[in-house]
Amino acid sequence: MKRIVAFVLVVLVSFGIMGYFTPGLLNETKLGLDLKGGVEILYEAHPLTEGGVVTKEALNQTAKSLEDRANKTGVAEPEVTTEGKNRIRLKIAISTGTTDKERDEAVQKIRDLMKRPAELQFRSSVGCADGSYCNVELYGSDFKEGAAKVEMGDLNSLMVRIVVNDKKKLADVSTKLIGQNLAIFLDDELQSAPVVQQALTDGSAVITGQNSREEAQQLADIINLGALPLKLTEKYTQSVGATLGKQSLHDTLFAGGLASVLILLFMLYFYRLPGIVASICLIVFVWVLLGVFYLMGATLTLPGIAAFVLGIGIAVDSNIITAERIKDELRSGKTISSSLRAGAKNSFRTIIDAHITTLIAAGVLYFMGHGIVKSFAVVLIASIIINILTNVFLPRYLLSILVKSGRFNKPGNYSVKEGEINAL
Amino acid sequence: MRSKRTFDFVKSSRKFLIVSAIITLLGIFAVSIFGLNYGIDFSSGTSVDISTTKSVEEAKLRTFLDDQKLGDYTLTTAENRDSIRFKQALNEQQEKDFKAAFLSNIDADASFEVNIVDVDIAKEQQKSALIGMAVACLGIVIYVSMRFEWRFAIAAVTSLIYCAFFVISMFSIFRFEVNLPFILAVLTIIGYAINDTVVIFDRIRENLRFAKIKTHADLDLLVNNSIWQTLARSINTVITVLIASVCLFIFGSESIKLFSLAMIFGLVSGAYSSIFIASQFWLYLKKKQPIKKVAVKPQSTN
Repeated sequence: MKRIVAFVLVVLVSFGIMGYFTPGLLNETKLGLDLKGGVEILYEAHPLTEGGVVTKEALNQTAKSLEDRANKTGVAEPEVTTEGKNRIRLKIAISTGTTDKERDEAVQKIRDLMKRPAELQFRSSVGCADGSYCNVELYGSDFKEGAAKVEMGDLNSLMVRIVVNDKKKLADVSTKLIGQNLAIFLDDELQSAPVVQQALTDGSAVITGQNSREEAQQLADIINLGALPLKLTEKYTQSVGATLGKQSLHDTLFAGGLASVLILLFMLYFYRLPGIVASICLIVFVWVLLGVFYLMGATLTLPGIAAFVLGIGIAVDSNIITAERIKDELRSGKTISSSLRAGAKNSFRTIIDAHITTLIAAGVLYFMGHGIVKSFAVVLIASIIINILTNVFLPRYLLSILVKSGRFNKPGNYSVKEGEINAL
Repeated sequence: MRSKRTFDFVKSSRKFLIVSAIITLLGIFAVSIFGLNYGIDFSSGTSVDISTTKSVEEAKLRTFLDDQKLGDYTLTTAENRDSIRFKQALNEQQEKDFKAAFLSNIDADASFEVNIVDVDIAKEQQKSALIGMAVACLGIVIYVSMRFEWRFAIAAVTSLIYCAFFVISMFSIFRFEVNLPFILAVLTIIGYAINDTVVIFDRIRENLRFAKIKTHADLDLLVNNSIWQTLARSINTVITVLIASVCLFIFGSESIKLFSLAMIFGLVSGAYSSIFIASQFWLYLKKKQPIKKVAVKPQSTN
């Protein structure tokens, strides 16, 4: 009796913990953009100038500027990563907006913003009828990369020094514009409009008039970012409307839920007592996997859910291997408790072998894949490891309590008929 | 050992091998003549899935698409769901214009899923998928050789290749689209098929330890018994994973339909190939090895 109480307690406590945390867990789990709408773009970076190279540094800075721009809109969760030598992967999932339409529009807005690399222009109003700055004199690519620096001038005044690639070009422009404004634009946004004081012939220019060090540094950063000679082209784009994403999530969760219920019924029918234990362990497995996902801060995507369901398949397999083995041992005439011991021991080797081979395949996917292949592999690897914990050791423990209680000693409890048992 | 086993897997293996050979030949035929129906992931282009709030007439949609002048396309329609594949990789402006035109002309509340793949990426993905499969197979061979013996490894990989090729053949014959999730499915199937094979091999190895093998007939019996002993597990596991795959196929989201379909084919062929190909091939290799201590009978007794 004591053992049964222990069993019931273990089950109740674990289900209690699960019940308590599950609603929060489900809400907190991050969903991929294929499940809630958003856009994923893979850019390839090319040098703007002939013969230029894409450096790791330039790539990282471009990624940073993309992220800054997306963050500035404040409505999305941008995720920018660099990939390989010349790629940038951008993912934007929308978290605000009340209607799906609003969300889709917000995504489109950010995408428009991302379309071009940070484009820095120095403009003048020469020949502009309305006094606006319509005439582009210098481009970001005319400046030396990373050369804009904050310096201290006379009387502790701040200034930003910039260096150009072509001395003559700056000299020409500055000579032409003495006494006029040379406005600095980043992405068509006016940043500063310094007045050209004199002709600049040594290939560098200083911009003064910043009020604080932060302001000066910001301007220097903007010029450096804008001077990145990288052009981005879209190589792969996936955009999912918010409505469609939700529908996918709903459909797939329904399918997964239905599959889980059918599998549990199947286990209960075919394996009786080990089946009950298996069902409990499967539920624990799913829950732990979700928990690990939450702790890892991983994003759940559609292929991830598919791997999840396959993980359930693997978990069921472990239970089936063990349950079948116990049946075999019972049939050979062993007692229940020694069948359990022998069954657990013999099935363990098989399960480990099978798991490691699947792990090899998953590992290859992880290291070779990008995007959906990678997220599939992550879930598969996590589920294999968690499976060993929750569907090899846990069932063994729960079954041993039940067997020791002495109340489940009929072979029928293990779905073995009396007639099948051979005398030892 | 139970006595009421009626089916002798080893004895009837010849018939199954012939069937498998025919299927493989058909597959080679189909793949070399028709090739595979590559989705945009591997051939570049644009796929647009649209979920509409009302049903749209196909003719109306075709007129609309022709008016858009976005080049060659294929269209499949289902209730409240249309899939369009453009041969061309649309640029962002084209995509935007297309969406806007669809919203104003066809259905104002439609929701889109758009995938655009450029040709470089398509080629690269195809290459890395193939390399991935090769590396995975190699890893499995090394592991199985270490844990078992080389004969098991060769037999296992042969059945894996058969099983993966079976799925590829089916996709070629029925013209299902081959996309990135399909590759995921094939790799998962390889994982499952090896699972199945390892479980049976494990039992063969265990039985070998206690068996006294005097003749080839003893080996036959041993393989047959091992298959029978693991059969319930093989069938039940396949059924449970099939339950999951079929549920995903019928009720799951559109983007993992083909994945689930490939899984369904692969699960069945994975179980089949571990029983009828892997074990039998191992038996064939094992029989080439002289039986130790005891003289080999001049011929096997089947």
